Amino acid sequence: MLRIPCPCCGLRDETEFTYNGSAEAPRPTDPEDGAAAAAYVYFRANPRGWHAEYWHHAQGCRRWIKVIRHTVTHEIAASGWPDEDLPMPEAAPNTGKAGR
Amino acid sequence: MRYSVFSLARAALNGHKSWPQAWRDHALRDRYRVIVVGGGGHGLATAYYLAKNHNITDVLVLERGYIGGGNVGRNTTIIRSNYMLPANEPFYEHSLKLWEGLAQDLNFNMMVSQRGVLNLYHSDSQRDAFARRGNAMRLCGVDAELLDVDGVRKYAPLLDFDNARFPVQGGLLQPRGGTVRHDAVAWGYARAADRLGVHIAQTCEVTGLVIEGGRVAGVETPHGRILADKVGLAVAGNTSLVAQMAGIELPIETHLLTAFVSEGLKPFIDGVVTFGAGHFYLSQSDKGGLVFGGDLDGYNSYSQRGGLAEIDHVLTAGIAMVPAMSRVRMLRHWAGRMDMTMDGSPIICTTPVENLFLNGGWCYGGFKATPASGWCFAHTIAAGEPHPLNRDFTIERFRTGRVIDEKGAGPRPWLQ
Repeated sequence: MLRIPCPCCGLRDETEFTYNGSAEAPRPTDPEDGAAAAAYVYFRANPRGWHAEYWHHAQGCRRWIKVIRHTVTHEIAASGWPDEDLPMPEAAPNTGKAGR
Repeated sequence: MRYSVFSLARAALNGHKSWPQAWRDHALRDRYRVIVVGGGGHGLATAYYLAKNHNITDVLVLERGYIGGGNVGRNTTIIRSNYMLPANEPFYEHSLKLWEGLAQDLNFNMMVSQRGVLNLYHSDSQRDAFARRGNAMRLCGVDAELLDVDGVRKYAPLLDFDNARFPVQGGLLQPRGGTVRHDAVAWGYARAADRLGVHIAQTCEVTGLVIEGGRVAGVETPHGRILADKVGLAVAGNTSLVAQMAGIELPIETHLLTAFVSEGLKPFIDGVVTFGAGHFYLSQSDKGGLVFGGDLDGYNSYSQRGGLAEIDHVLTAGIAMVPAMSRVRMLRHWAGRMDMTMDGSPIICTTPVENLFLNGGWCYGGFKATPASGWCFAHTIAAGEPHPLNRDFTIERFRTGRVIDEKGAGPRPWLQ
């Protein structure tokens, strides 16, 4: 069970939230650029490590938030509002060797 | 040695001490014609069909862990070909046909048990959608039967038919679907490939790809560089990470899926039954344990640890479908890494790097596809172009808009 720090409500259980995927790539600004749109919609960095992502506090304040979570340890380093520029932690948690 | 009743009787006379190793260890050569990265079900099947169908026996399979230790030994063992879309159905039906003859082909009993796969429906609209899928299957020559509630009662009497919220109205049955002993698939393919001359190296990790002038020339391992004319990647759970070694970004996100086994019971449920009002699928192993699973955990992860929230969710769905399960004790649960593509369909294709081929993105449906995946990937590697059955399983489809979205969930893997 993840415990997600909501910037409005504080530390709450994962079950109160709905996940909405990666917040890593910015939405393309040029509506004519099909290649950029395809890259934004379909392609993912899929990192093994820190990952910026959106969650919706559906059963709480009903606001969207951004979370920095580690995809191996599930540790959460930071959370904020979707337009905040949250820094990626430099130190990786101890995850052992890549792939294991 | 060929496995048969005679070899069994002969070995019994000397206390079963004469069985040779099922596959051998070899000293690694400096160069192979083809290297397959990943010794899971798909990688081993690829090596086997490269040797058998294309007469390419100078093949090395590199496995970071051990044979049978990946998703091929972690799934819920279901085989079926009940897909709707024209890009999927002939591929999965080819796979099911290969399963039907695989034990004889590989000379290894993998207990293919065609006990049927039944998808329950609980509403008129769901019935119509299932009838449509069943008709699409029958147009491809695949068996599908739409059962009414009495038909389902005969097939699986334990269900909660009169559930107030989700009464069972009927189901779509594929009688030829079923289960397979999954470890035996890895062992059977490894042994059969070894007999045809394929080298299998376990605990040998690929740490880099050798790419010169836009074409692949080999792989880097802790034991040094191994050169190859062609390299095929079949590294479920790590597809994005290995593809990054070649600078290829993929429409893949890695997610968690938990599977469960209960204590052993007397015969409880005959075929494979799936819930239509939630994501839950149930079968019973030959040992008597109930084998079941449900949704992904819902967020991308490489951890191979499922969360308790999802375990609770799966068991809730299970008890809604089969109330008798509430008294059953759970024995084990474990999570695997699923490489989820953004449309729910796999990738078997050539890549922008010459002579580098990719097999991945099996979502949570890779096990049933193992034979056809190996068959088509071997063809793609040998011929340098896709087989007609995997022609549409490209990376490019996400750029051209020709996605194969069986469920219509959109680029949200956690909803597929």
